[in-house]
Amino acid sequence: MGNRCAVIGVGQTKYRTKRADVSLAGMVREAALAALEDAGLTFADIDSVVVGKAPDMFEGVATPELYLADALGAVGKPMMRVHTAGSVGGSTTLVGASQVQAGLHERVLVVAFEKQSESNATWALSTHSPFSASLVVGAGGYFAPYIRAYIRRSGAPANIGMMVAVKDRINALRNPYAHLKIPNIDLAMVEESMMLWDPIRYLETCPSSDGAVAMVLASERAAEAAGAATGRPPAWVHGAAMRSEPMGMSGRDSVDPRAGRDCAADVYRQAGVTEPRRQFATAEVYVPFSWYEPMWLENLGFAEKGSGWKLTEAGATAFDGDIPWNPSGGVLSSNPIGASGMIRFAEAAQQVRGQAGEHQVAAAVDGSRLALGHAYGGGSQFFAMWAVGARKP
Amino acid sequence: MRDVAVVAFAQSEHSFSDLGWTEADLVMPLVNEVLSVTGMDRSEIGFTCSGSNDYLVGTPFSFVAALDTIGAWPPIAESHVEQDGAWALYEAWVRMQHGDIDAALVYGFGKGTIGDQVGISSLSYDPYYLAPLVPGHIAMAGLQARALKDAGFDVDPDPTPPPATDGAAAVILAAGEVARRVCSRPAWITGLDHRIEPHAIGSRDLTHSPSTREAAARAGVRPGVVDFAELHTRFEHEEVLLRRELGLDEKTVVNPSGGPRKADPIMATGLIRIGEAAARIHDGSAQRAVAHAASGPCLQHNLVCVLAADTASDLVSEGER
Repeated sequence: MGNRCAVIGVGQTKYRTKRADVSLAGMVREAALAALEDAGLTFADIDSVVVGKAPDMFEGVATPELYLADALGAVGKPMMRVHTAGSVGGSTTLVGASQVQAGLHERVLVVAFEKQSESNATWALSTHSPFSASLVVGAGGYFAPYIRAYIRRSGAPANIGMMVAVKDRINALRNPYAHLKIPNIDLAMVEESMMLWDPIRYLETCPSSDGAVAMVLASERAAEAAGAATGRPPAWVHGAAMRSEPMGMSGRDSVDPRAGRDCAADVYRQAGVTEPRRQFATAEVYVPFSWYEPMWLENLGFAEKGSGWKLTEAGATAFDGDIPWNPSGGVLSSNPIGASGMIRFAEAAQQVRGQAGEHQVAAAVDGSRLALGHAYGGGSQFFAMWAVGARKP
Repeated sequence: MRDVAVVAFAQSEHSFSDLGWTEADLVMPLVNEVLSVTGMDRSEIGFTCSGSNDYLVGTPFSFVAALDTIGAWPPIAESHVEQDGAWALYEAWVRMQHGDIDAALVYGFGKGTIGDQVGISSLSYDPYYLAPLVPGHIAMAGLQARALKDAGFDVDPDPTPPPATDGAAAVILAAGEVARRVCSRPAWITGLDHRIEPHAIGSRDLTHSPSTREAAARAGVRPGVVDFAELHTRFEHEEVLLRRELGLDEKTVVNPSGGPRKADPIMATGLIRIGEAAARIHDGSAQRAVAHAASGPCLQHNLVCVLAADTASDLVSEGER
């Protein structure tokens, strides 16, 4: 894992359907400046910048790190642009962390964003290459069959997805940055909403958001200095990993992908986690469609295969449950796609730093338990995860 | 830094017309070739990183299809940059500094022949004030050529682009003893750095390349003889500028491979510079070589890699003897 690395600053924009008040550069700069302020730093203190986002056709700006170099204070510094599909926010964080872990840099600024109002994501996901036919299904149409397969395999009751949708939207009411705020949401409202891709209803899917998130990642020395200066503790990286598997391989289990299990196993090995449900205080997990909560509960080892839905049904993953999942409201409440993974990583860090505000999980603060950040992308084939804690690893 | 070397390099037979090859068709034989040359098994590769550009063929995830070809099973530790493969190599080199993995696979690929390169390059410019004018890479290069001409350099102020190219490249990086085991003459990376400049052309002096100069200083191009340099010169006038900023003298032979003017598979062109420079060390014709990769209008973003037949620690121990 290399040298120690910690999060010393987190910045988020508010997530909205359309941020017409800012340019792309203005939006990413808003998040970057908030992260720098949290860390008690300025752009001059940053050694390197790593930016990530989902496909460039989501805004119609190709290789946008070139255009964003000025706004992100990157001039004269190394700048990278990561793209690993939906997992990109997580991967971007890990590419930045890697530069600290390698002993190369003291402070790295990582930024992820999407301004989905500039384009149409379902169109951008459905254009076909000259060599293959387009399914014209977008993400929901792609994942619905996987969800149906999960329901059939596990025998889960039909209302589990709706329970996740209600829980995450109620959590979002405590998060000032969240996009969707539906105060009176309940199972009946979700059930009455339009069926989009059976079994995914309108209120069981993520919104389309504009927004950006940024973090300052630091070496041990820089983290201790920042923590002393700001009074806000760092979140230490205890484990980090990426895994990918092919999309088109006969025999791969796209419902319970091995890459996800292997990635979690690698992170848990580094962090000394053998019982995730007990050793994590909370988890921020990429759940863009409600049913992905029970699916990932199993894939990440929080529940036995086929029984993830029982944790959701019993309320274990609710804000007051024993293992709260997505206390921020998750991807179901805010989804600037390229940023969504990094928001998970950042929210996990804020929990162990005790900086999560009204959605702070009490058990995350005392340092005895870790928080998990998770992102996935492509055809459930790209995974990035980290485990962070208040204590040094 | 840990001693890491380029131990294998392969590139496609680049084409100036679309032969109907997918990205997977381009990448797969090269991955097999670098594994075969080193005698390494896929299981020995601890990290994989690639570089590509979705807009070249107009798909949202061009790297997904390529991943299907490299044998990513059991699942692999893998990442992707939407940059030239030279930056994928940088990411892999950084990852290898953690010390827990000894080999990495890097590849880059691009199909430049099937898109409108002026339109595509324009989409990477400021989307509010510059991209709508669709200036394209050739006109932007013209601004730099004219600035150099006006500053007294003997360059053609009306640059011509290299032919659009389809192609790919693959490299294996290995550390320490693993590098020595799989390669008789590893090309050790003695320095690797990259820096970016402002995007706003009006705020730059186009007759200088401070990012190249900074990256060269940090990568340690000087002091020391540079036998060969492979430079990412898509336009002829860029060589005189880069030679000066890199501190190369007349003895350094630039682009013995023919350079990007002879084959420019976008997103692999920079990685090929590193591979070609390494190949001069592998075959014994160079002791020390420099590779350069560039991105953005008027050389906005520059990467410099110094490769040598001896590691820094080799030289110290020779001195002790």
